[in-house]
Amino acid sequence: MDRRQVLKQMSAAGLMAATGWVPRAFAASGDTIKVGVLHSLSGTMAISETALKNLALMTFDEINAAGGVMGKKIEPVVVDPASDWPTYATKARELISQDKVAVIFGCWTSVSRKSVLPVLKELNGLLFYPVQYEGEELEHNVFYTGAAPNQQAIPAVEYLMSKDGGGAKRWVLLGTDYVYPRTTNKILRSFLHSKGVKDADIYEEYTPFGFSDYQTIVAKIKEFAAGGKTAVVSTINGDSNVPFYKELGNSGIKATDIPVVAFSVGEEELRGVDTKPLVGQLAAWNYFESIKNPTNAEFVKKWKAYAKAKNLPNWQTAVTNDPMEATYIGIHMWKQAVEQAKTTDVEKVIAAVGGQRVKAPDGYTVEMDKTNHHLHKPVFIGEVQADGQFQIVWKSKGPIRAQPWSPYIPGNESKQKI
Amino acid sequence: MHHAVFLPRLHQALLNSVLGATLGLASLSFCAQAQGAAAQQTQQPQAVDLDTSLLSLLASDSSDDKVAAINRLSRLPDPRAAKLLQALADGNVYATPDNAIYLSDDGGATAKDPLTGASQPMPDGSDTLVINNRVRGAIDNARAIAQLRAPAAAERLAAARLLQQSGSEALLPIVDEVLPQETDSLARAALQILQARLRLSSKDPAVARAAADTLGASGNASFRPMLQALLQRNPDGSYAEPDISVRTAAADALERIGRHMKMLEWTGNVFYGLSLGSVLLLAALGLAITFGLMGVINMAHGELLMIGAYATYVVQTFFQHWLPGLVSWYVVAALPVAFIVTALVGMALERTVIRWLYGRPLETLLATWGISLILMQAVRSLFGAQNVEVANPSWMSGGLNLLDGLTIAYNRLAIIVFALMVVFFVWLLLNHTRLGLFVRAITQNRAMADCVGVPTSRIDMLAFGLGSGIAGLGGVALSQLGNVGPALGQGYIVDSFMVVVLGGVGQLAGTVIAGLGLGWVSKFLEPYSGAVMAKIIILVLIVLFVQKRPQGLFAPKGRSAE
Repeated sequence: MDRRQVLKQMSAAGLMAATGWVPRAFAASGDTIKVGVLHSLSGTMAISETALKNLALMTFDEINAAGGVMGKKIEPVVVDPASDWPTYATKARELISQDKVAVIFGCWTSVSRKSVLPVLKELNGLLFYPVQYEGEELEHNVFYTGAAPNQQAIPAVEYLMSKDGGGAKRWVLLGTDYVYPRTTNKILRSFLHSKGVKDADIYEEYTPFGFSDYQTIVAKIKEFAAGGKTAVVSTINGDSNVPFYKELGNSGIKATDIPVVAFSVGEEELRGVDTKPLVGQLAAWNYFESIKNPTNAEFVKKWKAYAKAKNLPNWQTAVTNDPMEATYIGIHMWKQAVEQAKTTDVEKVIAAVGGQRVKAPDGYTVEMDKTNHHLHKPVFIGEVQADGQFQIVWKSKGPIRAQPWSPYIPGNESKQKI
Repeated sequence: MHHAVFLPRLHQALLNSVLGATLGLASLSFCAQAQGAAAQQTQQPQAVDLDTSLLSLLASDSSDDKVAAINRLSRLPDPRAAKLLQALADGNVYATPDNAIYLSDDGGATAKDPLTGASQPMPDGSDTLVINNRVRGAIDNARAIAQLRAPAAAERLAAARLLQQSGSEALLPIVDEVLPQETDSLARAALQILQARLRLSSKDPAVARAAADTLGASGNASFRPMLQALLQRNPDGSYAEPDISVRTAAADALERIGRHMKMLEWTGNVFYGLSLGSVLLLAALGLAITFGLMGVINMAHGELLMIGAYATYVVQTFFQHWLPGLVSWYVVAALPVAFIVTALVGMALERTVIRWLYGRPLETLLATWGISLILMQAVRSLFGAQNVEVANPSWMSGGLNLLDGLTIAYNRLAIIVFALMVVFFVWLLLNHTRLGLFVRAITQNRAMADCVGVPTSRIDMLAFGLGSGIAGLGGVALSQLGNVGPALGQGYIVDSFMVVVLGGVGQLAGTVIAGLGLGWVSKFLEPYSGAVMAKIIILVLIVLFVQKRPQGLFAPKGRSAE
């Protein structure tokens, strides 16, 4: 072995250590079930995904403390795709083929999920995806525990049209320029047409990622709103929300004048925001921390205690949010399915997940649909309060079945099942 | 809404609140009862006293009930009703699980009965009363009507402005009554517009014509739909407004509003461009020194901005804990702190990494890029991956209303002023200090400067520290506009290089003009092309410009320039 080769191997070892290989090398197999956690812990998505990783670890601890899955302890394998979409695919491949994980919990952005899909199909892996998204997808290897558009966007728009929501007649569809807002707004535009709203009463606008200068757009919204009662539907991506709301607050627009409903702003995002100017602005989700029921009280308490015990950064202000609840539901559904199938074999587990029911913090016993891999979820609309929590002003009569293929996009009628 | 009939009652309510304050609780309830009884004869029957049935209506789950209760409350002369409305607006009303209503001014610890004023500990399971936007709007409206007679002119003005958007025709008698008594000119103008809005549908053509004129003169676009409605044709071809002179007046008014909006748009764009330009300038100024003067391709520049913003956060936290009385001035204290911290980080970088790489741009680029990743992850480990909250101090919140409809945010204004101050400071430092002289000497000819005894290595360190410190100042400004998170710098690094390259390497004036110019160009493009296209167009324009003129807007002149 010459010196160059030694160097090569050493740097390779270093690289492995850096990417989280070492724990795996020493991982015991025997009486444990390995599961993968695929969330970005560095890069731009770390802001949202770190909490999901921590919550998954908390749930594993909880399940292990109660005896594990089929008597075996869960052994998490945490990897960091570093907010880089192709890396999600690489890491997923590693998790499935090298670590032989039984299931992966992970991804946030649609593009990260889309880049993992081919790997899942090729190696027959299993992914639980916990975030609301634009729909238009249904994969055999994926279970979607977040909302489809009809479980979030459409009820929110219906609410704004109602008397209580202000009876909006004109609509601003504002989003960051990528697939989720574009698709959601396409569905919404078609939905609004079906309600008799004219194109002249819809103003659609997109901003680049990380955009922070909303002066012109806010001025335009103001002018547009002069033409009648207006509501803004915002699919602005997490980071640009703060400058947008700051601009809105500073130009004196209040929620009673022009309500803004957001689909990507939750408790976690509001942690970094001065919420006083935002009071009354709306968000639509399937879960809020402020929901009152014993299951949720327990869930919130557990999370706060866990954040404190693990000394997570800013644990004093730890909050729960919708994707965290969806992660929690997903992990429990998988556990139940494994116990029902009495194996971790992917095909058998997939067959068993449909129809599983979990008592969820949202106050309902939510069910995984037998055919479309999506949850039946209740919808809540909340108004931002001065303390950064949401006050629920509307909720659906009960859980709603997901329509991943929106009926408002032509050609989707035949695609409702896998 | 039907507020016209209880107009005299508002007088009473006002009187009552004065009385209530002076006479105390015992006489207050008597007084209210007496007035309630007296009012019974003149008022419509539903305006009953403040009682438990009204309170339970308020506690109802239905917003319709709540709005009805609020409308009734607003008609009650009882000062307790005014107090209850105020508490509703402040979010200090609590409901128990069995729909009893309590007030609390200490965040829900003690419960005060809204009827008797008696205090008790808050019953278990109570929570703030659910108030959605519709109910909030009803509360605002109800209070605004009372505030048309408020003693402070500012309150009367705000009330009139609010009612301009939401008032109904039943309001007209109140407006007609308060208008002649109004002494404040601004409030008077707002009331006149309100009156005109309510009179627009008058059957008398002369009144309607005058109203349309006033609305046109206001230049307020929110009156457009009403005016346009006058010009609509009915299905049978006749006009919605039969009188031609009114229609002409409405058309004129629409045209005036249109002209006013056009003017606002232009003034707005000029300001927005200036504001965006000053942000770009602040972000790029530090780079103008480290890259522009020293030639270091510093990819970690964005992270220096980020460190400045985090320094602001730390100072804010310090003020909140130790100097809560001065918290609105934390930004001022953050300036020197951010400057010093980032300057120290910059100097440490220069000493440990960059000075070994002078003259090797590619290696500098890679090394500083690595440093930027390290700094981001370090901040992530130290402060967490989440954004941290940096609140605008109170004097930077809100905005200035100019020209009836253009709002200039105070934080934007403050940043424009701040950017000019920083430019002045840098100019002073470079042109009127010994350090500046040395920096310029080294920029022009390093070898010769070394020969004549300039301590080049030390000056390099100081200059890099200066550039970094100014980036830190930029970070303070950015923290007032957007997110403060580990990735803050990533959003500004490309823009910063764009400004410096466009302005011309080595020139402060170039950076200033390029920053402001880019701000204006993108703001004037944005309304037509959208934000995404504006960004692309600007990048294309810069590429074309640099092709034609690689040295930038202002190239250094003279023999020594490379």
